[in-house]
Amino acid sequence: MMPGKVLRGGVAQPLAIALFSVALAGIATLVGLERQPRQYRIDPPVAAALDDLRLMPTGIGGAPPEVYFALDKPYETSAYDLSQGKRLYSWFGCANCHGDGRGGAGPSLLDGWWLYGPSTVAIAASIRNGRPHGMPAFRSKMTTDQIWQLAGYVRTMGAYSASLAAPSRNDDKHTRPAENRAPAAILFNEEPAPSPSERGPPS
Amino acid sequence: MIEDRKRPPLTDDGLDDSVLERHLSQTWSASPGFWGALATVDHKVIARRYIVTAFVFLILGGLLAVAMRIQLAWPEARFLDPDRYNQIFTTHGSTMMFLFAVPVMEAMAIYLVPLMVGTRNIAFPRLNAFSYWIILIGGLLLWISFALDAAPDVGWFAYVPLSGPEYGPGKRADIWAQMITFTELSALAVAVEIVVTVFKQRAPGMSLDRIPLLVWSMLVMAFIVIMAMPAIMFASSTLILDRLVETQFYNPAEGGDALLWQHVFWFFGHPEVYIIFLPAAGMVSTIVATFSRRPIFGYLPLVMAFIATGILAFGLWVHHMFVVGLPRLGESFFTASSMAIAVPAGIQIFCWLATLWLGRPVFTTPLLFVIGFIVTFVIGGLTGVMVASVPFDAQVHDTYFVVAHFHYVLVGGAVFPLLGAIYYWFPKMTGRMMSETLGRWAFGLIFLGFNLTFFPMHILGLQGMPRRVYTYQPELPWAGLNLFISLSALVLVSGFVIFFIDALRSWRSGKPAGPDPWSAGTLEWATASPPPAYNFRRIPVVEAREPLWSRSEGLAVTKGLQVDRRELIVSSVVEALPEARESSPRDSIWPFWAAIATSLMLIGSIFTPWAVVWGSIPIAVTLIGWFWPKGTVEDTS
Amino acid sequence: MKCNSILLLLAFLISGCSGAQSVLNANGHAAIALKELILAIVLVCSAVWFLVMIALVSALARRRIRESDAISERKATVVVSGAVGATVLVVSGLTIASFHTTRALSEAEDPELTIVVRAQQWWWQFTYVDPRSTETFVTANELHIPIGKDVRLRLESGDVIHSFWVPSLAGKQDLIPGRENILTLRAERPGVYRGQCAEFCGLQHSHMALFVIAEGVADYERWAEGQRRMSVDPSEAEAVAGKAVFMARQCAACHTIRGTGASGTTGPDLTHIGSRRTIAAGLLENTRGSLAAWIADPQKLKPGNNMPLVPLTSDELRQLAAYMEVLK
Repeated sequence: MMPGKVLRGGVAQPLAIALFSVALAGIATLVGLERQPRQYRIDPPVAAALDDLRLMPTGIGGAPPEVYFALDKPYETSAYDLSQGKRLYSWFGCANCHGDGRGGAGPSLLDGWWLYGPSTVAIAASIRNGRPHGMPAFRSKMTTDQIWQLAGYVRTMGAYSASLAAPSRNDDKHTRPAENRAPAAILFNEEPAPSPSERGPPS
Repeated sequence: MIEDRKRPPLTDDGLDDSVLERHLSQTWSASPGFWGALATVDHKVIARRYIVTAFVFLILGGLLAVAMRIQLAWPEARFLDPDRYNQIFTTHGSTMMFLFAVPVMEAMAIYLVPLMVGTRNIAFPRLNAFSYWIILIGGLLLWISFALDAAPDVGWFAYVPLSGPEYGPGKRADIWAQMITFTELSALAVAVEIVVTVFKQRAPGMSLDRIPLLVWSMLVMAFIVIMAMPAIMFASSTLILDRLVETQFYNPAEGGDALLWQHVFWFFGHPEVYIIFLPAAGMVSTIVATFSRRPIFGYLPLVMAFIATGILAFGLWVHHMFVVGLPRLGESFFTASSMAIAVPAGIQIFCWLATLWLGRPVFTTPLLFVIGFIVTFVIGGLTGVMVASVPFDAQVHDTYFVVAHFHYVLVGGAVFPLLGAIYYWFPKMTGRMMSETLGRWAFGLIFLGFNLTFFPMHILGLQGMPRRVYTYQPELPWAGLNLFISLSALVLVSGFVIFFIDALRSWRSGKPAGPDPWSAGTLEWATASPPPAYNFRRIPVVEAREPLWSRSEGLAVTKGLQVDRRELIVSSVVEALPEARESSPRDSIWPFWAAIATSLMLIGSIFTPWAVVWGSIPIAVTLIGWFWPKGTVEDTS
Repeated sequence: MKCNSILLLLAFLISGCSGAQSVLNANGHAAIALKELILAIVLVCSAVWFLVMIALVSALARRRIRESDAISERKATVVVSGAVGATVLVVSGLTIASFHTTRALSEAEDPELTIVVRAQQWWWQFTYVDPRSTETFVTANELHIPIGKDVRLRLESGDVIHSFWVPSLAGKQDLIPGRENILTLRAERPGVYRGQCAEFCGLQHSHMALFVIAEGVADYERWAEGQRRMSVDPSEAEAVAGKAVFMARQCAACHTIRGTGASGTTGPDLTHIGSRRTIAAGLLENTRGSLAAWIADPQKLKPGNNMPLVPLTSDELRQLAAYMEVLK
């Protein structure tokens, strides 16, 4: 018997595993400290800056404000903001015209055809300012933060590929694939669903 | 190899002790070095890793508890924000239940059961190695996500719809669900090993009525695991399916049900308490007998009580759901069954008291912890009787009363015996004694700190403080008691600090223990401390319940086992008559790779369902490596 | 350890009369019955604990007499069997007592009043249902009930599971999406009773309180009459300006003020917010100052709640708070 040797092996092995694991968690902590926590509010000056959307003269597409990049584009990548956007979609009655996303009185959001381009900034502009043929302006109903959350969410509905952060199904009637299941890829139409103006006013 | 096969097998007949030891050591020891350490299947090495890992998780979970107590010391404190606080209490609960309590009890089983039944290794030793790597990676998954500010924030029972797809954004609840999958996989593996070890590998002569009580309790625990874990496996898998591939298990609008989750979770969750408590009851039985210097009083009633607890454990899950609005008659049934479990618990307490009364107690640290256990666990048991009553529970459910109750049951009922067990078996595991002085200090501070911390929580609960609140308003009358609790928690923490200092110090430089420092009666004390890789030089023959107490001139031993390959005795279930010599698997690196492959698949499936498809290929490869036939005879009658 | 039980008894004596949200401050039909049961069970269990402790101390400290093992064992067997028998009796007794209380608390057959309670993250909506639909009204976070009458609460959830708990009046009952639970309240004494969500429901579970105001039938009727009326039209200049701000800014999209254009349903009904004691689900006392502080930055006071920060000038804030205050 060599008790000394057995003993050293006895202490060293589990401790080495423990130290290794703690070190791994430590590195993760350092990375975690760099991450941004969930944002529940944005300072009013930042909100004002976010409100500064720059659109093309045609109103199709545009560039987000500088501060959007400084914030690291949370409205497209943060699961929390996207899920808040999903709640806003029902709270602000988007379903009245757009249905579950497949359209109704308003155009479909799932078919991959974006009347004003697929960029988040264009969608935010549509929500904020309204668009011809019936899309109302939500400027006086929603805050800038909310408009961006909703725009980010709407974008995931008709995205060309599913995002990891996209929300999943609702606790509700199941009428279409969930956002994280890449609905657009499944439901893309050859042509855009006819817009309400072409169909005439709803009877 | 060919040469090997030609040579006649070398058995231990007629070999003298030193030659025999050399041969056995060569056959059973792990190969040295890094890969040897990864490949080892020695149950003692793996159990030691398990125990250290579990205690590291205890420390981490304890630190979270301290953070919560700081936050709750003052009304409307801003030490933690609500999001972080929710992550902290979820991680605290999940860590303590899934990464500390269950694994540490199983680890004690992995270490002690083969020694106590007198065999050379646990059954399915490679599965054992696999189970350790799985739980380690599962724990890392939770803790790395915590460090990344992405830990689950839905509570350790993760009620849907809060944890469901609509209200649980991000990957947090998925991480929780897969962490559960890791722990249940590992727990199931260990449970199977324990059952087979106890049923088929007992030393000749250890008939069912001679099995040590700790082994009985571990056996019942293993059966509970086997029957309860599939429920949580279903729950966590369906949760992640609902979230990831939009199944509808918990969606009322599509025929699912939010309450289904609670039924399935608590069908596992309540037996979970006994998975933790029964091994502790086994430890108490062992320690009480040793330090009363007499055999346990009421062996048969105790075994029956363990089994009854194990069966009743499955009939009372609904008492966690008394306020969800179930039919009155159903609730009444579960009140009766929850009350009924007090009877086997009472039998256990009375038998231990009778043993102490009949014996001549020696007040060592392990016995102090057991006395602390009786004092606190009886409180926990009685508050358990209280919350079993539907009307009583209607007021205290989800309040600090319940927080106090289950800490009394889990800390008082399981951690106290566990610490006693560590003091008791530390000499066996390391060959060195822990300090009796520091042990008394640790016990005193932990006992005092525990009661001062958790007893006032009963009162807070009756004063209306709900659990899982990250703060409370200054106008509520809870601030004084909360500050008192937070300060008392420091006493509790200091007790644990002393315990860990003592353990580390003694491991390196404690007093050498010798094979049997406590003059105990069970088989693990019949071999050296720490036991050699082969456990016993020759497998003992058991003729009594406490083999070391009944024979003064040394144990009878068997002979005829081969020593040039790993071989152990397979015996019959009831009488433990020797049936065959069976080979025990050699070291293998494949369980490690299989665990890595399984982990990749499970973690990948948090992000995409395709991980299950592609991830199963590496798993298949590693399993083929693991089970590759060696072309040797498996067993001989 | 003994002092623990004494502490418990002391706590009963102390908290029996103080604290607005306490099981022991029972003022409702159900809560009084529950308090009696709780005290009885706690007393029985404390007695059991003391007996076990006496047994433990005597087992450890007794003087060891020379006695043959067989005789001691036989004695111990008798004592242990007796103790197990006593356990069975005590446990059966408690079970029967528990059944008895449960039966006494079965649902009222014919309630005077039905209120739909809808819990949402993180506030309470109360709809006083009247067969005449015009008489139905909605309020939030503050429930008024007449004393001595059975009030039936129909419990619903708008999102996740919550739990309705006003300890001074009755035990708790969960609100579960996809289900409807019933809870009957009957306040025996007038008073203001605090309650709180008892099932973990997310970020602001801690700040999801409600108040139940139990009052005489006449007072209750007067209050209900006031609640049925449309909102007050402000006359003071500051409040008039506040109303204009409310209608022009984001507020009206989520809140309803009956009698005005504001008809949002996402947030609490504000028609008579000025008459409530607290705002933000029991978080703050309802004063002009706290209203302004709340509107100025709801996310500072209750991080993660669903009311956004609407950028307003200090004048607008003042006007808005003044308007809220006149909505009695």
